[in-house]
Amino acid sequence: MISHADLEAELGYLQRYALAQLRDRDAANEVVQETVLAALESGDSFNGKSSLRTWLTSILRFKLVDRLRRKGKEVLFESLEDETDDSDFDGLFSKDGHWQDKIKAWSGPEESLISRQFWEVFERCSEVMPRRTAMAFVMREVMGLEIAEICNNLDITATNCSVLLYRARMSLRECFEIRWTGEARA
Amino acid sequence: MKINCRQASRLISQGLDQPLSQWDHVRLRVHLWMCGNCRQFSHQLQVLRQSARQAGRGE
Repeated sequence: MISHADLEAELGYLQRYALAQLRDRDAANEVVQETVLAALESGDSFNGKSSLRTWLTSILRFKLVDRLRRKGKEVLFESLEDETDDSDFDGLFSKDGHWQDKIKAWSGPEESLISRQFWEVFERCSEVMPRRTAMAFVMREVMGLEIAEICNNLDITATNCSVLLYRARMSLRECFEIRWTGEARA
Repeated sequence: MKINCRQASRLISQGLDQPLSQWDHVRLRVHLWMCGNCRQFSHQLQVLRQSARQAGRGE
């Protein structure tokens, strides 16, 4: 049996996870509630081999993917042209396409911090990311979905998908770097 | 033809999602031999992926 206290302790984590994906607090809360109810109903299938968080996350992921399939195409997005234009990274490159600044190596400790700080940084960074871009990133890098499935969920072509992922990776990499060096590139 | 860092960064990202064409693969390899910045960038995208997957598993 799962204790209610243990479940409650994971709520914050689940909310952040769902929010990162759906970008809508009400929708996120709804999915988390569904997840918790499903967990309580099927509590016997929690065998304690995985951590409670891992088990809950797997239920939540299932609910999120399901919701995306049903609603993904109804969501209002910014125009795809704006999202698939990567000219906002012009400042990172010189005219002939070389990196403007040296890319500094992340130190070992920094790298091991990323997964612990991931949601926190992602949440802040994705606020300025177009919605679909952030969603594509979560589906690909957090959930590990294949490109075909992401295209289908977001109703976009593979080429567009690839640009969205490029933009998301560029932005996030930059966000982590800024966090560590405490300075933005000009 | 040889590629610049901006083109390389796009190919590095693409390569995380699908196999590159043979030609793109070769061009990227050659660029990476020469370019420490892009090797670093490529490594960081891998780290980002591992971290995202770990966060996704609730670790």
